[in-house]
Amino acid sequence: MSDHEYVPNSKFGKWFNDRLPLLSLASHLTDYPTPKNLNYWWTFGGILTFCLITQIVTGLTLAMHYIAHADLAFESVEHIMRDVNYGWLIRYIHANGASMFFLAVYIHIFRSLFYGSYKSPREIIWIIGIIIYLLMMAAAFMGYVLPWGQMSFWGATVITNLFSAIPLVGEGIVNWLWGGYSVDNPTLTRFFTLHYLIPFLIVGLVVLHIWALHIPGNNNPVGIDVKKPSKDTVPFHPYIVIKDAFALLMFTIVFAFFVFYSPNILGHADNYIEANPMVTPAHIVPEWYLLPFYAILRSVPDKLMGVVAMLSAILILAALPWLDTSKIRSAVFRPLYKQFYWILLVDVLVLGYVGAMPAEGLYLLIARVATAYYFIHFLIILPVLGFKEKTIPLPLSITDPVLGGFPKEAIVKKKEGLN
Amino acid sequence: MKIFFKTLYIIIFVLVGTHQVNASEKVELLKTDWSFKGLFGKFDRGSLQRGYQVYTEVCSSCHSMKYVSYRNLAETGGPEFSEEQVKAMAANFEVTDGPNSDGEMFMRPAKLSDKFVMPFENVKAAQAANGGAYPPDMSVLAKARSGGVDYIYSVLLGYEDPPSGITLDDGVYYNKYMYGNNIKMAKPLSNGLIEYADGTVASEEQMAKDVTTFLMWAAEPHLEARHKMGFKAILYLIILTILVYFSMKKIWSRVESEV
Repeated sequence: MSDHEYVPNSKFGKWFNDRLPLLSLASHLTDYPTPKNLNYWWTFGGILTFCLITQIVTGLTLAMHYIAHADLAFESVEHIMRDVNYGWLIRYIHANGASMFFLAVYIHIFRSLFYGSYKSPREIIWIIGIIIYLLMMAAAFMGYVLPWGQMSFWGATVITNLFSAIPLVGEGIVNWLWGGYSVDNPTLTRFFTLHYLIPFLIVGLVVLHIWALHIPGNNNPVGIDVKKPSKDTVPFHPYIVIKDAFALLMFTIVFAFFVFYSPNILGHADNYIEANPMVTPAHIVPEWYLLPFYAILRSVPDKLMGVVAMLSAILILAALPWLDTSKIRSAVFRPLYKQFYWILLVDVLVLGYVGAMPAEGLYLLIARVATAYYFIHFLIILPVLGFKEKTIPLPLSITDPVLGGFPKEAIVKKKEGLN
Repeated sequence: MKIFFKTLYIIIFVLVGTHQVNASEKVELLKTDWSFKGLFGKFDRGSLQRGYQVYTEVCSSCHSMKYVSYRNLAETGGPEFSEEQVKAMAANFEVTDGPNSDGEMFMRPAKLSDKFVMPFENVKAAQAANGGAYPPDMSVLAKARSGGVDYIYSVLLGYEDPPSGITLDDGVYYNKYMYGNNIKMAKPLSNGLIEYADGTVASEEQMAKDVTTFLMWAAEPHLEARHKMGFKAILYLIILTILVYFSMKKIWSRVESEV
């Protein structure tokens, strides 16, 4: 896709590249023209790649010592923590890595929402991203089951039971998922298998995600198309590589603080109690990153409709490129959308908070209002806003706002808003 | 319009804020100065050794610690008894081994490689001997309760006479900090209950602190190694980040754009 055809210098290189153009690919990735005004919110793609690789490498190591059996799983995790060389380090990186992965993916998604990165011509990138996010949730949920603690067991019971809400075939599907009549050893072994499989599916989708990204190129904070290559772009290497590296290092410092100084703060204490089908924990709560959807699930009184609402809350994102009718990408030039964006962010945080609380009284009321608002945002506000909103005029090129002139003020304001 | 949105934000945050206050109306746990907290936190060796004594002489008659081995007691970062001491301690316990060449199981003194001997054969036996309640395994107990070590310390010192109007069944005790305030374990510690090998006065608070420290180590035997490595790792990352930052500034100085 580079504008000029890449020709290797050496004879062997040319011979090889004619048969498998790996060198052309490397050249494309190095030269890939990137808008030079990308801010730090754009570094999370690289950070997410790092998270995925970290999870796979630590996961492979853990799988060498873990035993997927209802009677042995808990003990094998303790074996990893105590007797495997640096097993505690590997497990804590893997467990906290999941949280870091979700932290990064939420920032990545909300960056996309702010700058309209999901809009034409990037709809496919966005939809692949949503599929990756769904697979991440599945992988994380099944991974949480593997230590076979109390939250593992009861979380698995609650979530798999959701399928029983499906009319007629619900019960059958649940028994089929369990491999029996309750969550037990067959459930654990198949969850382990799937937990091992899904990351590699994610790798494949990430390749597609990046491939699809490299067709139109990156969106940027101004949200207008850039000519590439031009004075608006810089080659990916070394400019973006070094910037991503810097941001990644900052991220790993936060990551390291969790791993070394509070490795269990994001987990639930009950998961250090071995699974016991006879004792139900007082509150069954999922991991923090699933809480907003858990809140949506519980805010609907009917079980089936709750499940439908929860799934719709995720799937509605896939329709976002068509629900948002505005042609302007960046929220910098959409004064009203910008306000609604922040309200949505607060709404999701509120949902996460009430998701961790018992579903009763005022919590339930807040959960219902927040759930309703979540859907109103996507189904009513966004489509209407595209027609009603008076947007700020766009600059002609991204170099203009960078070098001065009218839109600079908008850029400065945007930076304040995000820092 | 702007004012409308601003007020909306404020209302939402106030709502969320007041709710947090309502949620935190539970009992404040007792606090003590734990030597193992913080960036450079280490276990107090003496406290771990005394804690082991409290565990063996008091707790271990009901509570198992099935994931901890005798050899762990001599490892760095733990109570660090000498290997000879630990061998002698282990030899006080009998474990079932076998089958031998005649196909018989036999008893022998415990070795360094054995796990801590359990007070009961299985959960049912433990329940039968304790009025139906299962004394939880203590290997990871310090991580298995919200509130962690503070919670355990508080429960050990939280026995009180029940408030007037509350009558308790036989074998149930009132504890200020226990979830639901009812506990089936009788008050385990009292002043001078044991005689510490190092001569420390065995007050209730001292024993509670020592045994809780020991439980924290049992749950997290590599805590010291983790803290040490964490400091080095983060220091390394910070230095590398600074170097990369200046490299980035240098590289980006070639283009008219900020980073």
